Amino acid sequence: MATLVRLQARSKFVAQQYYFRNSVVDIFRKKEYDAAVKIQSWFRGCQVRAYIRNLHRVATIIQKWWRSYSGRQEYQLIVKFASCAMKMNLYNAMAVRIQRRWRGYRIRKYCFNYFYLKEYLKAVSETNDAIREALEEFAEMKEREEKKADLEREEKKRDYQARKTHYLLSTKQIPGIYNSPFRKDPDPWELRLQKAKPLTYQRSKVKQKRCISLSSWLACTSARSFPRSEILPPIDRKQCQGPFRDITEVLEQRYKPLEPTLWVAEPISELKVAREEFRRQEWMRDVNDNMISKLYYHHLISSQSTENYIQKLDKLSKEK
Amino acid sequence: MSQRQVLQVFEQYQKARTQFVQMVAELATRPQNIETLQNAGVMSLLRPLLLDVVPTIQQTAALALGRLANYNDDLAEAVVKGDILPQLVYSLAEQNRFYKKAAAFVLRAVGKHSPQLAQAIVDCGALDTLVICLEDFDPGVKEAAAWALGYIARHNAELSQAVVDAGAVPLLVLCIQEPEIALKRIAASALSDISKHSPELAQTVVDAGAIAHLAQMILNPDSKLKRQVLSALSQIAKHSVDLAEMVVEAEIFPVVLTCLKDKDEYVKKNASTLIREIAKHTPELSQLIVNAGGVAAVIDCIGSCKGNIRLPGIMMLGYVAAHSENLAMAVIISKGVPQLSVCLSEEPEDHIKAAAAWALGQIGRHTPEHARAVAVTNTLPVLLSLYMSTESSEDLQVKSKKAIKSILQKCTYLPALEPFLYDAPPNILKHVVGQFSKVLPHDSKARRLFVTSGGLKKVQEIKAEPGSLLQEYINSINNCYPEEIVRYYSPGYSDTLLQRVDSYQPLTH
Repeated sequence: MATLVRLQARSKFVAQQYYFRNSVVDIFRKKEYDAAVKIQSWFRGCQVRAYIRNLHRVATIIQKWWRSYSGRQEYQLIVKFASCAMKMNLYNAMAVRIQRRWRGYRIRKYCFNYFYLKEYLKAVSETNDAIREALEEFAEMKEREEKKADLEREEKKRDYQARKTHYLLSTKQIPGIYNSPFRKDPDPWELRLQKAKPLTYQRSKVKQKRCISLSSWLACTSARSFPRSEILPPIDRKQCQGPFRDITEVLEQRYKPLEPTLWVAEPISELKVAREEFRRQEWMRDVNDNMISKLYYHHLISSQSTENYIQKLDKLSKEK
Repeated sequence: MSQRQVLQVFEQYQKARTQFVQMVAELATRPQNIETLQNAGVMSLLRPLLLDVVPTIQQTAALALGRLANYNDDLAEAVVKGDILPQLVYSLAEQNRFYKKAAAFVLRAVGKHSPQLAQAIVDCGALDTLVICLEDFDPGVKEAAAWALGYIARHNAELSQAVVDAGAVPLLVLCIQEPEIALKRIAASALSDISKHSPELAQTVVDAGAIAHLAQMILNPDSKLKRQVLSALSQIAKHSVDLAEMVVEAEIFPVVLTCLKDKDEYVKKNASTLIREIAKHTPELSQLIVNAGGVAAVIDCIGSCKGNIRLPGIMMLGYVAAHSENLAMAVIISKGVPQLSVCLSEEPEDHIKAAAAWALGQIGRHTPEHARAVAVTNTLPVLLSLYMSTESSEDLQVKSKKAIKSILQKCTYLPALEPFLYDAPPNILKHVVGQFSKVLPHDSKARRLFVTSGGLKKVQEIKAEPGSLLQEYINSINNCYPEEIVRYYSPGYSDTLLQRVDSYQPLTH
């Protein structure tokens, strides 16, 4: 029993000591607990990181392989398209070459010949110069003729005057008025009077016939030379030497007329071109641009044509 | 009273009548006397003298009547109202040639004033007698009859048809072949008056074989005859392509070109009218004329005349150039454009200017080459000033506007376009700016020139509604230049710079 009481008296102390001795560990407990937690968490972290690293590695491998695969697919697609495009470009370029040649050939052969146009314009300007020269010559000739005719008329008038006034001639006794003694030479009129024959009493009138002078060098040309639309083959040809095709075949091929398809024959903007053409012709024909007068003119035509029609009907009925 | 005294009375009376009628005829030659004569009632006095026994008095009375009726249309109407015409027509058939000449002169004098008077003459049945006169031997009678028929046929198509129905055309063609020049003139003038109204009448004249004879007479040196012959041929050729081709087939080219160098102004005018009427119809006929060197001759002719004489020549150039671009190029190389621009600037009358503007428009509208050829002669500013001036007639304004538009739409010659930027109205400015926007993107030298000449500055100053065509053109021009230059030239740039200077805070350290 005493131990019990001693123990009981010491129990508090024991309890305290127990508590303190245990609680000493408590200080370390937290520390150790924290350290354990830290170690464990770090270790777990390492584990997870290693696992994730592995996953990354594996995912990278998978992605790498997948990307290379899809990149190769794309690359092949690109190469395919690029090669298609290159081929199409080549075909287009070749087609353009062919079309260029063909269009040039067609235009030059069937529609428009640039060199012929240049030649034509040169020929026109040469003709113009020739005509201008010829007309100037003609005008000069006319002037000369007129001057000559004038001079002749003057001469004739003077002659007639001289003949009328022949009595003013100087005689041996009396010097005439044109032969003054104070002059060195007699007046030229004096000489004219000397040459003139006196007029007879009855003058016979000579009717002058007008003579038509033909400028024949202009009258006998027949210039009608506008170029024909179809080209004719040349008439005689020498046989060419060598292994050439038969000439008839060649000429047939060369002068074969063009037979275009409907697509080629009519241009796309045909309606627009036709409208423009119509408007242009109207602009050329109508000298008066007034809209009101155009309407009035149409009205006049329509009324006049009906009038004419009615008149013609009347005439017909009268004849019957 | 003895017989002699009785006869003396009659002789005196006859002498008095003769003297009266001769004096009246002489007084009627002077216009100032005619009023007095009319007031004195000369018509009623002359009428019974037409029926006089003595032929001389009849003839002189008819001559006096003719001179009176010639003067004005009141007297002519008095002649018609006085019932003189049937008497004249009746005696025309029977009397001698002097009377016929005088009576035909009266008919001509009455018929020339108006269609109604001419219709009155036709209603009297004068046409048949006149046609009979055309078959007479005396050339004076034929001339008078042809003259009367020509004046009657001049007024309108019905009267011409009446003349043709009376059978005058073959006789007129015979008259043309006669040796007398006056008769030829009158017959050619009558044929011209007949054929001018309608294609059917012209065809009748052609069927009578007139063209060959008319074409031969072009070579005749008499200028009045040439006038009438050329006028007749042009009236025939103007109606249709077939008639024009028939005239051309008579081989008038290149003889007609010599008529363009004649001294007489009206011969030149009629010759260029003839060429114009032929060139108007088809491109082939125009090409024929160009090949014969007609364009050069016409251009020289335009250069040597003034005023209305030039007008048919100018129109001919317009018609030739209108057909196709090759023909327009042929007109250009014949040096037509400088001549036309001279006409445009120096002619005082509006209708000739309008014709020159129209012709220039037809030449320049085909391709840029043509537009350039027109633009280098500096005609575009002249055309613009004509369009803008308030004194020009409406026709001139319309034609010059059309010409400017059509030339500008093809013009790529920038030095000629630049003046237009400054003083053109908005509707033309649109086309000018459009042309610049087409040319500038491709030509670097042109771009440089555009900037240095101040064109870019002007373009920036143009106000245009956004979205309109003008704004698009301005944008495409601005796209040709770096942004700084565009900003530099935009209006108000100096103000914005100064504002920036004002608002700039200098850096303080």
